[in-house]
Amino acid sequence: MLVIKNLNTYYGQVHVLKNVSLHLREGEIVALIGANGAGKTTLLNTVSGITPARSGIVSYRGLPVQDLPPHRIVGLGVSQVPEGRQVFKPLVVEENLELGAYLLHRNKEGKEEAKKNLQMVYELFPVLAERRRQPAGTLSGGEQQMLAVGRALMAGPRLLLLDEPSMGLAPLIVQEIFRVIRSLVEERKTTILIVEQNAKAALNLADRGYVLDTGKIIMEGAASDLLVNRDVQRAYLGRDKKEIWER
Amino acid sequence: MNIWEPAQECMSRDELEQLQLERLQATINRVFKNVTFYRREFSRMGIIPEDVESLAHLKRLPFTTTEDLDKNYPYGMFAVPLREVVRIHSSSGRGGKPVVVGYTKNDIRVWSGLVARFMTAAGVTRDDVVQIAFRYGLFTGAFGLHYGAEAIGASVIPISTGNTEKQIMIMQDYKTTALVCTPGYALTLAERMEKTGIDARGLSLRVGLFGGEPWSETMRRDIENRLSITATDNYGLSEVIGPGVAGECVHKCGMHIAEDAFIPEIIDPLTGETLPPGQTGELVLTTLTKQAFPMIRFRTRDITSIDYGRCECGRTFVRMKKPSGRSDDVLIVKGVNVSPAQIREVLFAAAQGEPRYQIIADRMDSKDALEVRIEVTEKIFSAELQNQRSFLEMVRKRIEASIGIHVTVKLVEPGSIPEGEGTIIDKRII
Repeated sequence: MLVIKNLNTYYGQVHVLKNVSLHLREGEIVALIGANGAGKTTLLNTVSGITPARSGIVSYRGLPVQDLPPHRIVGLGVSQVPEGRQVFKPLVVEENLELGAYLLHRNKEGKEEAKKNLQMVYELFPVLAERRRQPAGTLSGGEQQMLAVGRALMAGPRLLLLDEPSMGLAPLIVQEIFRVIRSLVEERKTTILIVEQNAKAALNLADRGYVLDTGKIIMEGAASDLLVNRDVQRAYLGRDKKEIWER
Repeated sequence: MNIWEPAQECMSRDELEQLQLERLQATINRVFKNVTFYRREFSRMGIIPEDVESLAHLKRLPFTTTEDLDKNYPYGMFAVPLREVVRIHSSSGRGGKPVVVGYTKNDIRVWSGLVARFMTAAGVTRDDVVQIAFRYGLFTGAFGLHYGAEAIGASVIPISTGNTEKQIMIMQDYKTTALVCTPGYALTLAERMEKTGIDARGLSLRVGLFGGEPWSETMRRDIENRLSITATDNYGLSEVIGPGVAGECVHKCGMHIAEDAFIPEIIDPLTGETLPPGQTGELVLTTLTKQAFPMIRFRTRDITSIDYGRCECGRTFVRMKKPSGRSDDVLIVKGVNVSPAQIREVLFAAAQGEPRYQIIADRMDSKDALEVRIEVTEKIFSAELQNQRSFLEMVRKRIEASIGIHVTVKLVEPGSIPEGEGTIIDKRII
């Protein structure tokens, strides 16, 4: 589905992603975990074309996409849910959602599909249907996150990139959002790359995981293995936080 | 036939190579950060982890040798703090100190899975009763097979080595279906049964998983006929993980290397150059999943070749031949690595000189035997007969203390060891 080889991304002079390689199989949920500043968001931005890589290959369904602009990548079926939701607060819920289907509005079939997708989003998140006429700014944090996910789903993605969906949300809301994510995979065969500081929640959701450390991948494995891995626990799950390296 | 982890073992080459690259890069990032030896070696060669952009770049990296492990004895090569290590094993090493290896909790899980794969490939299922007649202790063999069999869900009998009568009694009464031991011991068991009039065909035994020492196809046929079982080979070494590196499937056409966990290379042992696919040379292994004790390009010293052709069993992993020898002069006797250097050291110290000598490994009554022949020198000859006997006794005891297994020591006529025959003769590999 998605194969990344030796990705190097810079912000100006700063080398953020160093030779990152990873892959996602169709229908897989993969978690990318790591501390703040490890380069997790940059990786998503590189895949979606927002921050192009300086070198390396991003191959989506066999097609090299590393040099394509973001709108072409969305058109191929890759949608990103940005960190911190970034909904358009003055616009009402439904307008926000319709913006997510922007690329579909070029032809008749697309418009039909957008309508279907809107129905699907309302089924997944009934609360959004209830608040369809409310300005997004009046929604709670959890509802705004649902709106952000819903907006990404409006383009009918096959690959969904989720950036810190649990950030600043109460555990119950996080559970609700993760439940929807799981149902997307089960019912719509969507493939998901999720970036999280809440490593435990992400690994519980995911099939596999990668650990990113200062721009480099230092571990890959089944999510269940990473969950019990003491290195991962210490560094990212808050276990033995105060203990330092010793030999 | 069953496959333990078909998603991994039958992966397409493309998928496998992507996974290998990801895991190789992650391993290199970890060892560079956590193991002083590798950081220093990489820096010495002017390499940074980011230089590894493809599997082909592996050959730019330094080798790891047993000498390197010796210099970093005991914990220098560990990539995690000792607190994360839940198990420590060691192997005989080469003369100096033993090699100490560690496993994290996760390493043990992965190890169990790898062993479960080759045991499944050999035909072991949850319905089997597995008798493990490897020595439990610091060696990795017994524990590795033990975990693998338990992961499969088979019933494990951890009888360990020795007490042949009892082994046979248990085999009969507990209805053992799978036997795990060295090939030499399998023949010992067969012999004892023949002597005591027990018909092997009357046992429940149907499969044998043998390893720990070199054995030939002739020996396989012998074991299969006399114990009335299917005998499979497997390969592993403590420095890399223990058993679980590779194992035969029921087609017995080479041992499938668990390529999602290890990258094999075949090199010219003299030049260190990587050899083209299919050629015979020294096996070099890089670990891809190990956390506590990762190894980059470990020189196994085992001489073999790799078959890249498809196997009928459906597994896509490459197959290695039974090792045909060693690129160093280490002899594997009764599962123990014996370095002739150890013997020479003892010998020269005891003889107060440098007598000509020969070390002969043979299989007597299907048991590995090690003999040391020493040419009589002036110094030894001048001693009285009584002293000669105590000299031999002393040499024997000192050698045994050094290498840890039984040897016989003989004095031979001066000049009776043929020139150019070499100091090490292994009569078992034919």
